Amino acid sequence: MAAERAKADSQTETWNDPDAVPYIRIENVTKKFGDFVAVNNVSLDVYRGELFALLGGSGCGKTTLLRMLAGFEQPTTGKIYIDGVDMADIPPYERPTNMMFQSYALFPHMTVEQNVSFGLKQDRVPADEIKKRVGDILDMVQMRNFAHRKPHQLSGGQRQRVALARSLVKEPKLLLLDEPLGALDKKLREATQFEIMNIQDRLGITFMVVTHDQEEAMTLATRIGVMNHGQIVQVGTPKEIYEYPNTKFVADFIGSVNLFEGYIQEDEADHVLIASEEAGCPIYIDHGISAAPGAEVFVAIRPEKLELSKTSTGTGHNCTPGTVKGVAYMGNLSVYLVQLDSGKEVKISMSNQRRAAEHAIDWDDRVYVTWHANSPVALLS
Amino acid sequence: MAAETVDHSPLPLGRQIQHILVKLGFRPRTAVIFVPYFWLTLFFLVPFFFVLKISFAQTIIAQPPYTPLFGPDSVPTHELLDNFRRLFQDTIYFDAYLTSLQLAAISTVICLLIGYPMAYGIARCAPSTRSLLLMAIILPFWTSFLIRVYAWMGILNTNGVLNNFLLWLGVIDAPLNLLYTPLAMYIGVVYSYLPFMILPLYANLEKMDVSLLEAAADLGCRPIKAFFVITVPLSFPGIVAGSMLVFIPAVGEYVIPELLGGPNALMIGRVVWNEFAQNRDWPMASVVAIAVLALLVVPIMFFQYYQNKSQERAA
Ligand SMILES: Nc1ncnc2c1ncn2[C@@H]1O[C@H](COP(=O)(O)OP(=O)(O)OP(=O)(O)O)[C@@H](O)[C@H]1O
Ligand SMILES: [Mg+2]
Repeated sequence: MAAERAKADSQTETWNDPDAVPYIRIENVTKKFGDFVAVNNVSLDVYRGELFALLGGSGCGKTTLLRMLAGFEQPTTGKIYIDGVDMADIPPYERPTNMMFQSYALFPHMTVEQNVSFGLKQDRVPADEIKKRVGDILDMVQMRNFAHRKPHQLSGGQRQRVALARSLVKEPKLLLLDEPLGALDKKLREATQFEIMNIQDRLGITFMVVTHDQEEAMTLATRIGVMNHGQIVQVGTPKEIYEYPNTKFVADFIGSVNLFEGYIQEDEADHVLIASEEAGCPIYIDHGISAAPGAEVFVAIRPEKLELSKTSTGTGHNCTPGTVKGVAYMGNLSVYLVQLDSGKEVKISMSNQRRAAEHAIDWDDRVYVTWHANSPVALLS
Repeated sequence: MAAETVDHSPLPLGRQIQHILVKLGFRPRTAVIFVPYFWLTLFFLVPFFFVLKISFAQTIIAQPPYTPLFGPDSVPTHELLDNFRRLFQDTIYFDAYLTSLQLAAISTVICLLIGYPMAYGIARCAPSTRSLLLMAIILPFWTSFLIRVYAWMGILNTNGVLNNFLLWLGVIDAPLNLLYTPLAMYIGVVYSYLPFMILPLYANLEKMDVSLLEAAADLGCRPIKAFFVITVPLSFPGIVAGSMLVFIPAVGEYVIPELLGGPNALMIGRVVWNEFAQNRDWPMASVVAIAVLALLVVPIMFFQYYQNKSQERAA
């Protein structure tokens, strides 16, 4: 809910405005460690006030990218501009950024309060203002009662909150958060997400957030960048990324998905027809994708976009028979595992609108899996 | 329960012995602690009591050259503390303590000032260079300590290496009088004890998390300031350990003042030696040695004890 509001506010879509000047411009940046390419030719524009989420598997180069923005690593090739200034010769302590480290990097010999006030002291903020701001930020992360503890006396989640507070308290123009909420429980995480969005709203800070948690990326981010093997494979709004993934990797990485291998039979402006042995029926999609007939494609369909029925639609496409192999009741929805007659297993999730569905589908039932013509996404790679 | 296991199944001999020992009250942990205690008792406590015993005796011309503590020839009770009184009556002892403390303290500070940057530099090197540099620090230990001090005599002599070099450079017209001066003594002590400062400092600095410095820089702290507010406080245990290792032996140093310091360098180590070898006054030598222990080691031990406690609280 909060997420919707925050996003609606910043839903000006600066990234679609051709005249907008990006706040961060990453230009063909490559970072090598020896022979190993950690970040591979990344180009990315992030605009003022955005909350940009970096998503990707472990070791794909997210931290390395943030570290280059913060100034701890120099790009092997390529350029980084922040607010139009080339960052090549600007040391970390002069950049308008604050970073929250994945490892927290709290100063072990300082108390929570001293850790959080460290950055403000460097800027020679007056003592009473420091006291107030540190108090406020510790309240926000619910750590006020631990102000006089040393980091080693805190739990993992508490340390994470201190690290977050330490980076937030300076209210820099650009905040780089590396897994800011990973160690928090659900309730605290949601509360903190809400606070982060509040700060973003109130101060117009630009955020770059690394997360493993897709749901978090979906709720928080104005845009998401998905990384794989050092490259950014897709950039888009959460909705774009979810509904129109551009590669098999993105489709598979974000949410769960059923993938069918096939080849193109017909590709017209208004539809594509894809033959797929795995699906057990031709797949009809209601928009063209401009690919040569015969080309190999993958068709991705989200589990919630598949439907189950006991009768065939009789259209000859987008309807394939199978047998229910498993049902998982998950409260608001049920997830069915269906083995198609081709042998392929698919996941289907359906919301449980009625308490005891009269046409309940159960184990070993023969069913038809159907979908709407605008549900599948055809992927060429 | 352990007894039952013993009854029912034949255990290997080692385990059986262990069971017996545990029943007698010896646990493996006791055995581990026992080793250092045994060592300390045998090589510190027992010799210490010998020295303590001698310190109450009086010199006699005999073999050994002091009166026994008990028996007909022993010192009368009211004269037992005479040796300790002499310690306070003759200013030579007090002066010697003072100069020794001064030498040790100044040398420790110089070692710290030279050693810290060296340890820091080594700790920030690539791992392969690191072991090479550490090797270079340890390498002098492969030559005898005495030979190294003699080498310094050769360097600092009036017509030694250093003077000849400076003359050749034209920096000086006449050879400097370097050997047998306090300067030579300081050079010798600092040179000899520097590795004892560097090694603990290195061990400490090497395991420091560099991301802390990154975090400091990120928060707007310049590297020089970060060094003083992050690196130095975190390396405090290393500073203390290194300083102890230099300061304590430097106080009692005998060889370096003897060889490099000239006849006027009155150090406590020399006083002990003079009493012992020249005056054949074993009791007085023992008194001086015990006074060193009491005046120096006891406070240092207390300091270290509290230091450890505050570290336990912090770490
Ligand atoms: N200093 C370094 N030297 C050599 N290789 C490095 C170095 N730092 C990172 N790498 C490598 O670069 C790759 C990317 O690392 P990075 O820390 O950016 O991953 P990440 O996306 O943040 O992963 P995670 O989600 O696990 O934190 C990894 O394979 C890592 O092993
Ligand atoms: Mg990372």
